[in-house]
Amino acid sequence: MTSLARPRSRGLRGNEGPFGWLFTLPAILILGTFLVIPILLAVWVSFSNWNGLGPPVGGQAEFVGAANYAEVLTQPGLARRDFGIAIRNNLYYVLFVVPIQTAVALFLAVQVNQKVLKARGFFRTAFYFPSVTSSVAITVVFLYLFGASGVVNGVLNWLRVRGPNWFADPRGVFHIVLSWLGVDSVPSFLAGEGPLGVTWWEWIAGPSVAMTALIALAVFTTSGTFMLLFLAGLQAIGQDIEEAALVDGAGPVRKFFSITLPMLKPTLFTVLTLGLIATWQVFDQIYLTGGGAPAKTTLTPAFLAYSASFESLKWGRGAAISFILFGIIVVLTIFQRWLLRDREGSRRNRRRRARMAQAGAMAAITTGGGHGTGGGAGE
Amino acid sequence: MKTHKHWRAVLLLAVVALIAAACGGDGTEDTSIPITSGDEAPATTADTGDAGDTDSTEGEDGDTGSAEGGSMTMLIGSSGDAETNAVQAAVDAWGEESGVSVEVIAANDLTQQLGQGFSGGNPPDIFYMSWDQFQTYAANGYLEPYAEELSNADAYYQSLRDTFTYDGTFYCAPKDFSTLGLVINTDAWEEAGLTDDDIPTNWDELAQVAEALTTDSRAGLSFGLEYARIGVFMNQAGGSLVSEDGTTATADSPENLQALEYVQSLVEAGSLRFPSELGAGWAGEAFGQQTAAMVIEGPWINGALANDYPDVNYRVVELPEGPAGPSTFVFTNCWGIPAGSETRDLAVDLVEFLTSDEQQLAFSEAFGVIPSTESAAAVYAEQFPENEAFVAGNDYSVSPIAFAGAAEVIADFNASLEGFATGGDAQTILTTLQANLQAALDAANAG
Repeated sequence: MTSLARPRSRGLRGNEGPFGWLFTLPAILILGTFLVIPILLAVWVSFSNWNGLGPPVGGQAEFVGAANYAEVLTQPGLARRDFGIAIRNNLYYVLFVVPIQTAVALFLAVQVNQKVLKARGFFRTAFYFPSVTSSVAITVVFLYLFGASGVVNGVLNWLRVRGPNWFADPRGVFHIVLSWLGVDSVPSFLAGEGPLGVTWWEWIAGPSVAMTALIALAVFTTSGTFMLLFLAGLQAIGQDIEEAALVDGAGPVRKFFSITLPMLKPTLFTVLTLGLIATWQVFDQIYLTGGGAPAKTTLTPAFLAYSASFESLKWGRGAAISFILFGIIVVLTIFQRWLLRDREGSRRNRRRRARMAQAGAMAAITTGGGHGTGGGAGE
Repeated sequence: MKTHKHWRAVLLLAVVALIAAACGGDGTEDTSIPITSGDEAPATTADTGDAGDTDSTEGEDGDTGSAEGGSMTMLIGSSGDAETNAVQAAVDAWGEESGVSVEVIAANDLTQQLGQGFSGGNPPDIFYMSWDQFQTYAANGYLEPYAEELSNADAYYQSLRDTFTYDGTFYCAPKDFSTLGLVINTDAWEEAGLTDDDIPTNWDELAQVAEALTTDSRAGLSFGLEYARIGVFMNQAGGSLVSEDGTTATADSPENLQALEYVQSLVEAGSLRFPSELGAGWAGEAFGQQTAAMVIEGPWINGALANDYPDVNYRVVELPEGPAGPSTFVFTNCWGIPAGSETRDLAVDLVEFLTSDEQQLAFSEAFGVIPSTESAAAVYAEQFPENEAFVAGNDYSVSPIAFAGAAEVIADFNASLEGFATGGDAQTILTTLQANLQAALDAANAG
């Protein structure tokens, strides 16, 4: 704000600086009180041995350096192992949930965007409905659905498949697949200890059966939300471009991959980023399904931070885990931004872009070119 | 200079105006919040939960000088309305004598709400302190060690005093206790042709009756796959997790291995199945649904069965003895008071009232807990002969380990037990437990 105000200060509007401060004051106060100060406090707590008694600053809490971080990252022991298992679980959760929910959301959005679809309003509402329902309520419903004698197993039974005891089954799905292939015991090259005190065999376990139920839950609840974002993106694509593609002889598949998907890239970035952040912070479902049960296979860093703080009263460790989680999310978001960047540099892409631009220009000519014609696509 | 001061004044005024506007705005826009900054006294609208909280904190801050006519808050982990109402009635009775009103708040998540209260510098004046969190709280200096001052300090069971002793100091008064017993479905028992003589008194007999009671649709025995149950077998075999002096982990012992292998043998025989395998959240539910004929649970099962499965006929007997004799776990809560609390003396007086034999028996009647003093427990055993086994168990009960930092180790042990049902290696589990336990003990003793 200052940088904007300062150059003017000597000119005609020289007295406006204080007003600038005055008008931004509410925002500064609110953000400072509820955002900046708590974050700084949490940073301090993560470097201290605060036990939750008395104020974290000025009380008995002492600076302990990076000890809290070392406990979960480098020192062999239960704290590090728990953190490693939590990271593994959450990694698989993210790897499965983010692509699936994005694909499902995009698929649903394309379907409900079709003009020929009858009762579009109904489907849009139906698909969006899980998003506005409390995640707690949905989790409780899922607990019943995936119970040992629940609906899911009932259906499986009807298909002559003996369903697992979903929320009580700690076996990793990759381990199950491997056991079908005859790998029942730990192969010696995987028995060694991998990162964070978790053996390589445990790292490749895949999500547990219980976790897959939670993955299904996440896909079910969030696909609707992201469908809405994709729908908005789809409706921003001008009718003229689609018609041009049609004239150029593109089939529905070609149209989707050459027109729709590239034009949805900004939306895709938003959806992937939001999905990534939300999945790394998963907490509600974990809390409700028993805090990591069965056998810690649904433990996540967010829940671990909670239990370290509130149950073990190791607030420093809890804060440290939160900041590591924050770091993971930031790094992955940057990575993903890099992955989805506009590849101006690459020659092949430049050629392709030139081709596309040409095609676009041709299309504009053939359809009469007016932006007005393709205006209000969809309702 | 002059303009500078001028602007400062304007800024200050503006800030004040903004704050006032923000507060006023709340009141006018959101009518659901009854307290506004400028309106009448908040006491008139204390019917919502939020308003009540505000009231009590104001009371604490304002009434530090005069004890009379103050108010206190009590946070309890309630098993239901029966318990909440009984506790409220008791504190009201105390309030009439002392002139202090106590607001009883039933927590949704006691551990979380306590942690929040303490870290926010505003803990409840008195609260339920569970056995498993006690050592952690005491080690971190959260608790006021008041228990020796009580007139009935010596009347409590020794096992309960031990549970709430940290570093040689008896901290807080146990409010009641529960032990584990063997709960038997009497219909299934008779159906299997068993009589009173067959009631198991040792491990072999337990295995035999469990097998006799097992049918296609019913497991003979069930209990949660966790330290709080398996640990009983370890103790019965003569094992332990921590040495007497509390410095050495003793988890990796032949006795503990024997216990785990015995449990494993029951699983292999098909007579022991865990609640999750039976589609139940806990053993009591499996017992109610009659998918388990015997379970190892505490007196809380009475309330659960009466509410949800009133048709199930059952009786409770003491747990069978192991190779090294009888043993069971005791679980208990105490009345916690925050360290350095301003209402300390009042709270201690309230505890004195609540732990009197008379009051404890009133609680027993209301929601089925067993009194923590030997004299009251004896009366209880006469009044409720069906629970006599639970009371008797306390003669040889031990408290599950709970030193500061133990919770994580036990959670890990419980997690490793889940693989145990499907044929995990008992020795590996104990080796891991031993290493984790020793590390946690060293950390706890160093801190």
